[in-house]
Amino acid sequence: MKKLLALSAVLGMTSAVAAPVTITYWQYDYASKVTEMNALIKKFEAANPDIMVKQENFPYDAYNQKVATSVPAGQGPDVVNMYYGWLPQYIDSGYLQPLPAKDFPTSQIDATFAPMVRISKSNGKYYALPTAVRTLAVFYNKDLFRAAGITQPPHTWDQFIADAQKIVKGTAPRYTTLGFGIQPDAQDYHVVREVLLRQFGGQPYTKDGKTVTYASDAGVKAMTFYTDMMTKQKLGIPNFFPGNNSYRDAFIAGKVGMIIDGSFAVGTISTAAKFNWGVTPLPVLKQGGMRANFGSFWVNGITKNATGDKLSASIKFLKFLTSEDTQRDWLKNVGEIPASRKLSGDAALRSDPVFGPFVYSLPFAYSTVFVDEAGQRKAWVDAINTVLLQGGDPAAAIKQAASNEQKILDGFYKK
Amino acid sequence: MTTRAPGLPRRSLSIRQRQTLTAYTFLAVPLLFFLIVRFAPTISAFRLSLFKYSILKDTSPFIGLDNYTRLAQDENFHKALLNTALYTVIGVPAQIVLGLAVALLLGRARLFQGLLRALYFLPYITPVVAAAWVWQWLFSPQFGPVNTLLIWLHLPPQNFLTSPSQALPTTAALVVWQNLGFQIVLFLAGLAAIPRSLYEAAELDGAGGWRLFTGITLPLLNPTIVFSIVTGTIAYLQLFTQIVNLNFTDQGGPLGSTLSVAVYIYQMAFGRYEMGYAAALTVVLFVIILIITLFQLRFLTRRIEY
Repeated sequence: MKKLLALSAVLGMTSAVAAPVTITYWQYDYASKVTEMNALIKKFEAANPDIMVKQENFPYDAYNQKVATSVPAGQGPDVVNMYYGWLPQYIDSGYLQPLPAKDFPTSQIDATFAPMVRISKSNGKYYALPTAVRTLAVFYNKDLFRAAGITQPPHTWDQFIADAQKIVKGTAPRYTTLGFGIQPDAQDYHVVREVLLRQFGGQPYTKDGKTVTYASDAGVKAMTFYTDMMTKQKLGIPNFFPGNNSYRDAFIAGKVGMIIDGSFAVGTISTAAKFNWGVTPLPVLKQGGMRANFGSFWVNGITKNATGDKLSASIKFLKFLTSEDTQRDWLKNVGEIPASRKLSGDAALRSDPVFGPFVYSLPFAYSTVFVDEAGQRKAWVDAINTVLLQGGDPAAAIKQAASNEQKILDGFYKK
Repeated sequence: MTTRAPGLPRRSLSIRQRQTLTAYTFLAVPLLFFLIVRFAPTISAFRLSLFKYSILKDTSPFIGLDNYTRLAQDENFHKALLNTALYTVIGVPAQIVLGLAVALLLGRARLFQGLLRALYFLPYITPVVAAAWVWQWLFSPQFGPVNTLLIWLHLPPQNFLTSPSQALPTTAALVVWQNLGFQIVLFLAGLAAIPRSLYEAAELDGAGGWRLFTGITLPLLNPTIVFSIVTGTIAYLQLFTQIVNLNFTDQGGPLGSTLSVAVYIYQMAFGRYEMGYAAALTVVLFVIILIITLFQLRFLTRRIEY
């Protein structure tokens, strides 16, 4: 080490090139991701001795706020990890710089990444790229299925409902076991908007994402279909367990037949669940019917603070983070599916009993354009809750959601 | 270089003046501290409420009273305001009546008096997060003992925290339960300060239990009750922690049924980064609390007799 330092000092005096650059990388505090990133940084630094990467982590609840306050002050990270849904606001505020086209050619990204990644493009330019992506699927409790005499996981929504009805025990609100761990504010509202609505023949938004189009016939059908699962078919109840991840905790406790969750839940469920469980793709309306899924992802972007040497180092680091090698590593250690089409097309991965159903859904996974993720979520969750908790009319509820969400979109685009 | 004009008498401060000066010099330190730490942020909140300031934007233009006209039309704010009023109207009387009742009973208890007082005080020092967890379990529609009891009594089970109409009273009950211990201690102190001789004299005159209570106990507890009403009202108007801890995913309860003004301010400031608007909300809350407190002090303290 000392020799190395001495050597770099000598080189520094003669060429003035070898001064190492330190860049800062931020992501939120999620144990498996932090550990993986530390290993990746070691690997990257070994290959690029002139660059040092410093990783900093913050609790999820404070993360967005931390980024939002630091970057304008010129502090904060050079390379930053964020939810794709925050991108419009970050780009709008000038926090991120577009990825240089010569290092990240737009057409190449379009061709090599999963289709949903295109949503992180603004005015024809990419501002950030993911390492991994996530889709939704049904997690089911094989033991409860067997006890109820069900041999196959459901393919259609009708089978889904019939299976859940065989599993559910008790009556509202005193269920002891749920058929379906219904939870509007978790992943379910994505299912109504991006999955059921499309399957009933609707479109959630116009192509530019500026206008809400789900206050339609299909929207009413989707909302009715979803809320009926609690009000008419009595498959379950939201917030079955107390706490933040009610539906997932209840599933892990073996008290729920099926939940709809993202690939990001695989790690938690596989370490905590003490029974046989399986994963199956989201159902369709009828055999051979239209498939749809909700895709989401976390991206890495370069902030406006990275200039000069730091910028070129950040570009190198980002290239490394989105490389196929890193994606493969990420799947192995974090359990999120690769963003690259080539890797997700890998036969072994597609036939994997756990990751297979998620990978299978990539070609038809849609991501929602969020301009205000929290506000848009609230519009949907409130609308669903008026039906579930107050016996409201699904048609009026979807209209209300549309009007509230349109207000948010207008506020962002027409200023 | 200047020299003192000859013949002019030397001006000097008297001892009293010097003492006063010293006192003010020392007082200036905490005064300065309060000016910087307390008043400066308050004043800058007033100023901020006149701007469209968002962390996510580069510019923050001056918009006059726009934030205030916006909150006049903001349904969520109206809902929060109504909820906050409900919390206060339910919580303050409940905790005073219960606190006084328990304090009177505790005053009579001869056995285990210390233990009983400690038990009642325990919820007050329990961290809110832990108390909220217990509350969620007690009132869980599926597994909660409260519903088990209702069923045992042949009454229909309730949804409590997940019901838009029951979530607010259930949340208020948690706050009352937590504050009860402090309330009891206040009343015990108030009761102890009433001279025994007054009761003895009244009893000699033939006054009974209820008469003693309304004629002596209540009037002499007036200062304690006024203190409880004023501080209790302020606390309920600023209610935040219990609401947030009872419902993490949907802060402010199902369909905003437990949303308070303080929680709404937090959501606007740190969820949506609309600092200017959040500042306007804090100003309104501040004015409301100020008016109610002044009103209470003016009208409730008139009857204080010692």
